[in-house]
Amino acid sequence: MKLLLNIWRQPSASAPGRFVRYTVTGIPPSHSLLEALDVLNQNLLAAGETPVAFESDCREGICGACGVVVGGRAHGGRALTTSCELRVSAFADGAELTIEPFRAKAFPVLRDLVVDRSALDRVIGAGGYVSVRTGSAPEANVTPIAKPIVEQALDAAACIGCGACVAACPNASAALFVGAKITHLALLPQGRVERKSRAAALVAAADREGFGACTAHGECQAACPKGIELGVITRMNRELLHAAE
Amino acid sequence: MSAAVASRSAVPAPPSEPVVLDARLPGATSLAEAWQNRKQELQLVTRARRRGQTVLVVGSGLAGAAAAATLSELGYRVICLCFQDSPRRAHSVAAQGGINACKNYQNDGDSVERLFKDTLKGGDYRSREANVYRLAELSVAIIDQCVAQGVPFAREYAGHLSNRSFGGALVSRTFYARGLTGQQLLLGAYQALSKEVASGGVQLLARHEVLELILHDGRARGVVARDLVTGEQKALIAEAVVLATGGYANVFHHSTNAMGSNATAIVRAYEQGAAFANPSFVQFHPTCVPPGGQPEGKLLLMSEALRNDGRVWVPRAPGDARRPEQIPEAERDYYLERLYPRYGNLSPRDVASRAAKARCDQGCGVGPTGRGVYLDLCLAVRREGVGKLEERYGNVLEMYRRATGEDPLETPMRIYPGAHYSMGGLWVDYELMSTVPGLFVIGEANFSDHGANRLGASALLQGLSDGYFILPLTASSYLASHAFGALPASASGVRDALDRARQRTERLLSVRGQRGALDFHAELGALLWDGCGLCRNAAGLEHALGRVRQLRDAFWQELRVPGAAGELNQELERAGRVADFLELGELMCRDALAREESAGCHFREEHQTAAGEGQRDDAHFAHVSAWFHTGRGTAPRLVREPLGFQSVVLAERNYR
Repeated sequence: MKLLLNIWRQPSASAPGRFVRYTVTGIPPSHSLLEALDVLNQNLLAAGETPVAFESDCREGICGACGVVVGGRAHGGRALTTSCELRVSAFADGAELTIEPFRAKAFPVLRDLVVDRSALDRVIGAGGYVSVRTGSAPEANVTPIAKPIVEQALDAAACIGCGACVAACPNASAALFVGAKITHLALLPQGRVERKSRAAALVAAADREGFGACTAHGECQAACPKGIELGVITRMNRELLHAAE
Repeated sequence: MSAAVASRSAVPAPPSEPVVLDARLPGATSLAEAWQNRKQELQLVTRARRRGQTVLVVGSGLAGAAAAATLSELGYRVICLCFQDSPRRAHSVAAQGGINACKNYQNDGDSVERLFKDTLKGGDYRSREANVYRLAELSVAIIDQCVAQGVPFAREYAGHLSNRSFGGALVSRTFYARGLTGQQLLLGAYQALSKEVASGGVQLLARHEVLELILHDGRARGVVARDLVTGEQKALIAEAVVLATGGYANVFHHSTNAMGSNATAIVRAYEQGAAFANPSFVQFHPTCVPPGGQPEGKLLLMSEALRNDGRVWVPRAPGDARRPEQIPEAERDYYLERLYPRYGNLSPRDVASRAAKARCDQGCGVGPTGRGVYLDLCLAVRREGVGKLEERYGNVLEMYRRATGEDPLETPMRIYPGAHYSMGGLWVDYELMSTVPGLFVIGEANFSDHGANRLGASALLQGLSDGYFILPLTASSYLASHAFGALPASASGVRDALDRARQRTERLLSVRGQRGALDFHAELGALLWDGCGLCRNAAGLEHALGRVRQLRDAFWQELRVPGAAGELNQELERAGRVADFLELGELMCRDALAREESAGCHFREEHQTAAGEGQRDDAHFAHVSAWFHTGRGTAPRLVREPLGFQSVVLAERNYR
């Protein structure tokens, strides 16, 4: 296959960036888009040019490291698909694609397609945990948890922290990410004790980091490669209300 | 480099002086009491004194995050580094299946003793009894800890924890969270770590890669790390260093490991005096999606459960390029059913992997590269219908469709073995300390618990038991028993390490050849696959050894790294990692050559039974092979740690 790629090139956080057009040919249709970028980078390297910096690690959709905007859609806009799982066969032979980094005030570009998402870690640090010391846990089966509840908690806990929800949102809100963590822990008895302080702290931290507010566009849900649904934002708001009581 | 040698600790000893490895094993006590007794002997100090001591933890996977969080809870100052942009991305995240623990919730007769024996047998009796016993013992507390953190393990309808069965066990003891067990356990540890980062107990340095170990008075006192964004190389000083850097299966280029998984920290530590144990012990997984000509070596792992319903075959005639549907039944070779009639398609991992390689080596492999065999679910579809198989394997089938664009219920899947997990790693004693005092190694990065082959669902277990429950106590004891002076930045150990790191980076950038690092990595992987992979023999290993050396010479003459040191430079990162894989590749070949037996993953063709199974030689090889670096260009020195067994009489491995 052949692809025409308009890729955002930016040498460093402080330098200005621009789109550069590349033609990549001979890509097997079974390749992922990131593997097409690997091919491009090998070509650039052979030509003495600087390869395109982009992130990926597990290449199986679970680590959350990869994330680019393809044709204006975070992770390329295919349902339940991370950038590393996106096949080039999803596009027409000879298609022209724009590839740019996840853009948000809270995600400064570091180089080319690489952004700084450490704001998400700081949000979790504000209270996205159960405060239990190593060694102080009771016997695991002491507290039964209804199967549907634990499954619902896992649906939310499956978030991979990629930041696509932020990149897809017109407000660059992290509400889906924050709501997922609040939901995961609020549903479980182990997380209930701290639920009020957690909800307030996580939302405040997200505001502090420069993420926008949620105005219920729903773009985040469409972009989420793990199928996390808007219901987690509803729960976040409910938990916030409880916190205010 | 000579300055580094001068400041090195007591190991390696000069050739005349025999090195004796002291594993600090529990001695004559019963295995059941060993760890309890040891805990009573470990030294403690006041919380006030802990606040003045720094522990550096390299890596943020299950082992690293658990250790960093727990040490901080104890009051130590902790610095935790990871090369990823967030600790939550460490490769533990990708483990799917589950974690073993002998809770005996199923009342099916499980016990510490049984998990211990299953793990010891799974490792083909090349692991330490006392370590394995402790692993089994701690499994129980790990489940409690994770549940308390909010890990959403699968539950039964009444709300109690559910279990599934896994290979190598007759009891049901594997805890799981769908196919996301590793992710959920890692998030538990990551969240515990995040709590400590926010409280100020842990200084988190994401996007930092360790390049050198700092030694002072023969002790590990810190590392030199490179900030992967700015390129700055800085000395980080501590009273103890913990390496939790994961495995090195990526040395084979094609592996199930993440793109960034690397051996740099452990190879650096090896060159500074830490012995490397059983480097040739790497587990291969038979059901990976075969490489399809991608430049990168990442292999996608398919669940082994598919072999319950799939039949494995290749065309009988070499070079048969027809589509699988066009090949009539009579022209197919269902080789596992033919060669191993009792186990058939469910033959053990290593047997199935070797058989697949043998077919492909004969030219019968399928797919664009000829490196693949069919795993055919079509018969099962005809028998049970699409619905049943979707229900059973839905997400795995979907993964395969995404990866290949083919529907495995219509066209046979293509699978191929891939490097998956390294049982070998830095040598550690019972307290998880390497041969360099103050340098601890935990999780997959050490060699300790899995012998020559790891049991399914025990990797997560080992990472967490090392990180939560062993290392925090043993490192504390080490810190309590020594007085540490301040280590100024001007000390020779610090300056030497900074110099070594800087010189190495400059050297990588100054070759200015024509070949990218990826090219060398792919060539190294291919030659190790041929010579030191699933099947090994003396001639092949000798050949591979020579070729690794040639390749390393070529690397330092022909390498091309674009850009500069002082910027985000992914090619520079890659080049450094490949350089270390080249060192490790040589060591693996030497280790495989020296072990003149077959054990677990290590199959020496010279040592097999008439039925084609590996043959251990307990009289001569019931030991850990620990390799000491003796300098560049000189042969490493092999020191053997004998393995004694009180729980079992060693028996030949037997699947029949």
